[in-house]
Amino acid sequence: MSGLLDVTTIKRDFPIFNRTIRDGQRLIYLDSGATSHKPKIVLDAERDFYENHNSAVHRGAHQLAEEATELFEEARLEVARFLNSDGSEIVFTKNATESLNLLAYSFGNASKNSRFHLNPGDRIVVTEMEHHANLIPWQQLAARTGAELTWLPVTTDGRLDLSTIDSIINAKTKIVAITHQSNVLGTINRIKEIVAAARNVGALFILDACQSVPHFKVDVKDLDIDFLAFSGHKAVGPTGVGILWGRAELLNEMEPFLTGGSMIESVTMSSATFAEAPQRFEAGVPNMAQAVGLGAAIRYLNGIGMENIHNHEVALTKYALDKLQSIPGLKIIGPTEMKDRGAVFSFTLENIHPHDLGQALDQNGIAVRTGHHCAWPLMRVLNVPATTRASLYFYNDYSDIDALISGIYEAKEFFTAPRTKERK
Amino acid sequence: MNLDSLYQEVILDHYKNPLNKKLIPNPIAQVTHLNTSCGDEIVLNLHLNGDLVEHITWEGIGCSISQASTSVMSDLLTGKQINEAMSILESFVEVIQSKGKLNGDEEIIGDGVAFAGVSKFPARVKCALIGWMAFKDALSQGLAKK
Repeated sequence: MSGLLDVTTIKRDFPIFNRTIRDGQRLIYLDSGATSHKPKIVLDAERDFYENHNSAVHRGAHQLAEEATELFEEARLEVARFLNSDGSEIVFTKNATESLNLLAYSFGNASKNSRFHLNPGDRIVVTEMEHHANLIPWQQLAARTGAELTWLPVTTDGRLDLSTIDSIINAKTKIVAITHQSNVLGTINRIKEIVAAARNVGALFILDACQSVPHFKVDVKDLDIDFLAFSGHKAVGPTGVGILWGRAELLNEMEPFLTGGSMIESVTMSSATFAEAPQRFEAGVPNMAQAVGLGAAIRYLNGIGMENIHNHEVALTKYALDKLQSIPGLKIIGPTEMKDRGAVFSFTLENIHPHDLGQALDQNGIAVRTGHHCAWPLMRVLNVPATTRASLYFYNDYSDIDALISGIYEAKEFFTAPRTKERK
Repeated sequence: MNLDSLYQEVILDHYKNPLNKKLIPNPIAQVTHLNTSCGDEIVLNLHLNGDLVEHITWEGIGCSISQASTSVMSDLLTGKQINEAMSILESFVEVIQSKGKLNGDEEIIGDGVAFAGVSKFPARVKCALIGWMAFKDALSQGLAKK
């Protein structure tokens, strides 16, 4: 079918699809928004690092140290090219949560005359659809500095309401931190419009790209943003490695977050000066094999092509939206039209709690997420205690969506069938 | 493994027609328990009369397991002496945490035996216990006030 990748061939790259689920059933994995699976090439890269090159990077006068450093730095360049940036702007962290905390803590450490310093009354702007990872660090920074946290509201159809953007992103605003794509709703936010509003008032713009970078081409220069965070493990990479991208001139002005070895320039017993970015933000021996694995993951994604991945997911999204909405009693929580929307589908089903639906689907080998998806405030705004979420990736195909649909019908049958047996 | 072994009829029945799901005001203790991983919430009011559990009433949202288990608990423990209620609670918790090894004694935990299958699903243990833990919490708060 046009626009679709050859999923049968792709799945052969992922060892996990060789196993079966709940007594011999095919694994139908619809939880890539939580974490993606890993192709063998990524696992091999990690193993190869440990088996053949293991050594602490940026130290040691021996061949292994040289090789390890070269592999680690090559991975950094791979990430940099992927985002259309430069290696000096790529910081390895343990995940996006740490990347965002790095920013919040570094800003909190800024001296009074720094551009990053927050005064009482300064404003930090987020949105109502943030994952807790891009909400709580800013809540806490606001609490520590006396800054005011405010947010762009979400409309009932799951879009950002930008009608009052100029009064929300006002002259007091120092930081705007926003998700690129909602992990609950699938909404892809119109970043450029919000970046323009931030630029108008001289605020820094931070993009939580966890749900976008794995799925379509993200170009930091084109978006004209200041910082970006994503996690390797959602982009077919290993756990334990995340990325903070930041403009070099900003990173080099920022105070450190974690301090210790590797991040220094010069040290005496009573003081220290710090290395330039990215080393300034990489204290201690980093997750080296994981970084090398992430480099391999990005090479793998490039091999398939981000444009092809995006087109494949667009086709799946159209198919899934049509099929899901045809189920009586099912309500999509999020946009129901194709425009600016990723392959993430949260929904509620009349009279069946998400946790029960998730359990029923699991009996058919179908993995979905249920609950509040680390976005509790959004769930309150939408007035749903919990949803079921199916999140797709390029290793999913129409048959996975068909399995989900028939699994939902089976669950409806099971939970809503008339019962006769008396209570004991 | 099929759904019937987890979702016994008695669970689905309590889910559809929960008992004591209407708060009686002026309790000796009111507690709110959350399941932070799924957003479920139980508010429980406890009334004691001397050493007797007089009323257990509750409100809440959640999956069939959490709602049915809370319904069963409120029915089973109401009218019991406090120490008897605690001993039933301990028996129920033991079954739910048994990883499928215990079936439970219907003489002691009544409809609670229907939840024995839940113990094979680690992710659902908390659902089956949320109401019971709320009762335990309310009881200790209530006793502290006496």
